[in-house]
Amino acid sequence: MTEPVLTINGLSKSFGAVVACDQVSLTIRPGEIHALIGPNGAGKSTLIKQISGALRQDTGQILIGDQEVSALNIVDRARAGLARSFQVSSVVPDFTALQNTMLAVQGREGMSFRFLKPVLKNQDLVEKARACLTRVGLAGRAEVPAAKLSHGERRNLEIAMALALNPKVFLLDEPMAGMGAEGSKALTALLAELKAHTPILLVEHDMDAVFTLADRISVLFYGRIITTGTVDEVRRNPDVIEAYLGGDSP
Amino acid sequence: MIKEFWLNAACVALLLAVVLAGAIFDEPYYITLATKVTILAMAGVGLNLALGYGGLISFGHAAFFGIGGYAAGILASHALNYEPLATWPIEIGGTTQMLVIWPVAAIVSAVFAAVIGAFSLRTSGVYFIMITLAFAQMIYYFAISWPSYGGEDGLSVYLRSEFPGLNTMNGASFFAICFVWLMAVVWGSSRMVNAGFGLALQATKQNAERVEAVGIAPFRIRLTAFIISGAITGVAGALYVDLNRFVSPSMLSWHTSGEIMVFVILGGVARLFGPLVGAALFIVLEQSLGGITENWQFWLGAILIVVVLFGRGGAIGLLAKEVRHD
Repeated sequence: MTEPVLTINGLSKSFGAVVACDQVSLTIRPGEIHALIGPNGAGKSTLIKQISGALRQDTGQILIGDQEVSALNIVDRARAGLARSFQVSSVVPDFTALQNTMLAVQGREGMSFRFLKPVLKNQDLVEKARACLTRVGLAGRAEVPAAKLSHGERRNLEIAMALALNPKVFLLDEPMAGMGAEGSKALTALLAELKAHTPILLVEHDMDAVFTLADRISVLFYGRIITTGTVDEVRRNPDVIEAYLGGDSP
Repeated sequence: MIKEFWLNAACVALLLAVVLAGAIFDEPYYITLATKVTILAMAGVGLNLALGYGGLISFGHAAFFGIGGYAAGILASHALNYEPLATWPIEIGGTTQMLVIWPVAAIVSAVFAAVIGAFSLRTSGVYFIMITLAFAQMIYYFAISWPSYGGEDGLSVYLRSEFPGLNTMNGASFFAICFVWLMAVVWGSSRMVNAGFGLALQATKQNAERVEAVGIAPFRIRLTAFIISGAITGVAGALYVDLNRFVSPSMLSWHTSGEIMVFVILGGVARLFGPLVGAALFIVLEQSLGGITENWQFWLGAILIVVVLFGRGGAIGLLAKEVRHD
């Protein structure tokens, strides 16, 4: 068994009487895409916020590799090797695609306290940023301000920025949302290629993409992980069928 | 529409032409006005770094302008009166050397900016505006009630401080010093804005969440920008005291904060030469309309409204092309 890249151990979070996250444990192993699914309100967002550092857990631990990051803030977790994309695209609107990616390269290299050298003339950094844009198919759009990119292009730009961080693990929050059939297909192919190098925790509503990509799936229901397994195991699991089709959840 | 570069060059040429005309026709008042514009523009360049590029709407930059001013005034008055600043544990005298006064003004302003920034930057939006204003007002009232240095009446410095090899009492020489300072801080800002720091600062202004996610701490970026911004405005304050040979609490008042903001907004937010254009327009209006009516600021207000509504980011935005993304 290889060491997991991301380990979540007994994570719990309550808001008053509401238990949004109940003893959640999961691991991301090298080379895998681990999908996290669950009906609306299952606690996916709460879990993601805790992993990224936006929300502090009540109990439990989070490890990136063998480094405990439970007490670190967002910035330090990013520096520890966690790259995320946002559910609603989050880029710097007035920056070009290239400048956005440069920002990520700069964050990784820790070069934000350079005051004199024009950063966009640093060929080494620009090359790295362009390489990331090329991988997501945005090479030809490098000089376009992010605000003028299409929705799908902005999603890809977020992936490029995550790539530029050269992280240990990706945390992708609904990357397919609003992508359109063509875009989803291209992104699916890209993620399948990426996972060999960097494993992915994928939160996604697009079940076609999840079933195509995921090596393992965890199903979250009312803050609990009700099962973790391969695509076939999860599809056949009666609890999952109940959670998705039964009673009170859409 | 013209390129911003040529517009900037024209503004600088115009400023120099005024000084030249003043020298040729022996009208020292023109030179004084041009020097005033230059110094106020420099204060604006400082604020522009925080407000324009960092989106930190500081309504308290008078604090740094005044602190730099008092630093200069206190050092010079002690030297001129032959009173040491401190006698224990070692004797420290005042000085009239600009080369000493400037670093002192810059460092003292930077220290205050670090303290004020460390508190204020925990807030944002309207709270940030209010807390920076509150800090500046605290310092203002402190100065008023500090009798050793003139209190409400301020402090006169009867000789301009010295610069090696120049007669600073000569208007044109003093203008030259201020002009070199302005060009230096504009050049420095331009380098900073295009460097890694500037990229992070401008990104923080637009989307701090994204900046955090790539492993850059927005607070550290903002605080650094705020400190540099305060230091630049502080040195401008020191020069302003030398221009007037007088420092008073009014340099610290919220009117001054507002005026520095007006220079930036009138000229162009996040434009390198915006503060110069803004300060020049302000002084020209003050001189021309001020001669006709006491209420010239009514017209300043009207012009400000027009510029804000129709100029994309100030007067430069009205005339120049869109900022390049290079």
